[in-house]
Amino acid sequence: MNSMERVMTTINHQEPDRVPVFHLFSHYGAKEMGISIKKYFSNPDYVAKTQLHMGKKYSNDCLYTFFYAPIEIEAFGGEVIFAEDCPPNSGEPVIKSIEQIKKINPPKIQDSKCLHKVLKTTEMLKSFIGDKVPIIGVVMSPFSLPVMQLGFEKYLELLYFRKDEFEQLMKINQKFCVDWANAQLKAGAAAICYFDPLASPKIIERETYLKTGHKIAQKTISQIKGAVATHLASGIAFPVVDDIVETGSAVLGFSNEDNIEAIKERAANKICLLGNLNGVEMASLDRNKVAKKVKNIIHQAAKGGGFILSDNHGEIPYQVSEDILLEISEAVKKHGIYPIKVEK
Amino acid sequence: MKVPDMIVADFKSALLNIDRIKAAEIFKDIYAEDQSFESLEHLTAKSLEKIGDEWENGQVSLSQVYMSGVISEELIENYLPDDEVFYNDNIKIAIGVLQDYHGLGKKIIYSVLKAGGYKIIDFGEGLTVEEIVNKTLKNDINILLISTLMLSSALKVKNVVDILRDNNSPVKVIVGGAPFRLDNDLWQKVDADFDGKNGSRVLKILNKYTGGGQ
Repeated sequence: MNSMERVMTTINHQEPDRVPVFHLFSHYGAKEMGISIKKYFSNPDYVAKTQLHMGKKYSNDCLYTFFYAPIEIEAFGGEVIFAEDCPPNSGEPVIKSIEQIKKINPPKIQDSKCLHKVLKTTEMLKSFIGDKVPIIGVVMSPFSLPVMQLGFEKYLELLYFRKDEFEQLMKINQKFCVDWANAQLKAGAAAICYFDPLASPKIIERETYLKTGHKIAQKTISQIKGAVATHLASGIAFPVVDDIVETGSAVLGFSNEDNIEAIKERAANKICLLGNLNGVEMASLDRNKVAKKVKNIIHQAAKGGGFILSDNHGEIPYQVSEDILLEISEAVKKHGIYPIKVEK
Repeated sequence: MKVPDMIVADFKSALLNIDRIKAAEIFKDIYAEDQSFESLEHLTAKSLEKIGDEWENGQVSLSQVYMSGVISEELIENYLPDDEVFYNDNIKIAIGVLQDYHGLGKKIIYSVLKAGGYKIIDFGEGLTVEEIVNKTLKNDINILLISTLMLSSALKVKNVVDILRDNNSPVKVIVGGAPFRLDNDLWQKVDADFDGKNGSRVLKILNKYTGGGQ
């Protein structure tokens, strides 16, 4: 099986030849190339070539065109702060006051230089790899994007106390999100990762999520013309598994804090699970420990398909050594061959 | 003065429902009873402590924790005695966000500690290692709370601690934020003195260290 076949089989809740592994490399590519993160993302050629190189080196079953979360803020006219060894961060909130929301228009994809780099990267990867490896594009959910647009504190005020302005911002973000997702699909992405950390009850209580972010996700995802994976970026997922299924997502990124057996049972034949290695912990584990973790996760989550091994945040930290990543891929080849043999 | 558990439960419920009006009514009733600021502090500290514990157990959300802190801080501000004599001024506590610009965690801790009777100096966000060290030394801080979001920022706490120790600073460093929640041993790896996972834990550490606060 090639990577695409392997991934599609598991998403359809059947057992492929082995457990697929998604190393979600974003700024890690800069480390691999030995250049600064800022320089790395300045040129689609760097990103595309490094994605292909890392795909081969780490036996990765996907190519990932995620640059950095605040790229969408950049498209809205905001600032991105680059650092030497961590993901680029958003600067001062681009929306300074709640009153400003009325005057905002969603950015046009064709006018945005930063988004164009992502599309160009996607096109280059697609022309090289064709349909052999799935290319995963990324959007921030309209519901979670305001954390960067307004700052978390102001956004919570908006969410709880300013219903009209909240709805107005959601309309703006939804239009942008759908356009951005569809542009990536058109450029060659096989699926879209819909980052929605606020859907996790660890961040927003489920009752509020169901009245807000859940409805927004249903409306938004129904307009995206391709497969969608919802990722909660380390947030616990178990209490909202069925809610995420209702959004039309085919894949769910779950947390290292979720109970694997329980979430596997709840997700069975409904949604494919993606996770749940702890990226932060990976930075300080040795090869033996990480191999044991991979084995344990596979034994608990891989049976029957519907499972992709990955980190639980959606991004490999810069501090993780290549040895650990190679060990993960080796351990998958050792313990993740179907039918899975569980040692008693 | 100790507030009855039933009233603490009502206040906590108002906070979790983000009900500012109900929370203000409970505050008003408690104050009307004995005109004691101490009772109000007990009420908020107890409620926020329980909410912090419930967040740890996955029963409440981060946004509820945050909004509970904001509402409590607003109410406490309204009833704060003019001379602020109640604060423990013998100990100087500061809080800052290392490298990152996300201030939510800092704001939660700030609110919880303020409601718990501590005066906190806010060093702000996006601080470099040098800035946080200089501010700590210049202000003779006894307890430094460092909040981080990214792993790289969390690892830089070690540089902060090393420079402070090189300068013979006796300051105790308490760390918090996502990386420390995701790796339980990280606080020790960066040579911090305490792991401040949430507001209630930090409050307990401070109460133990200072012998009170409220």
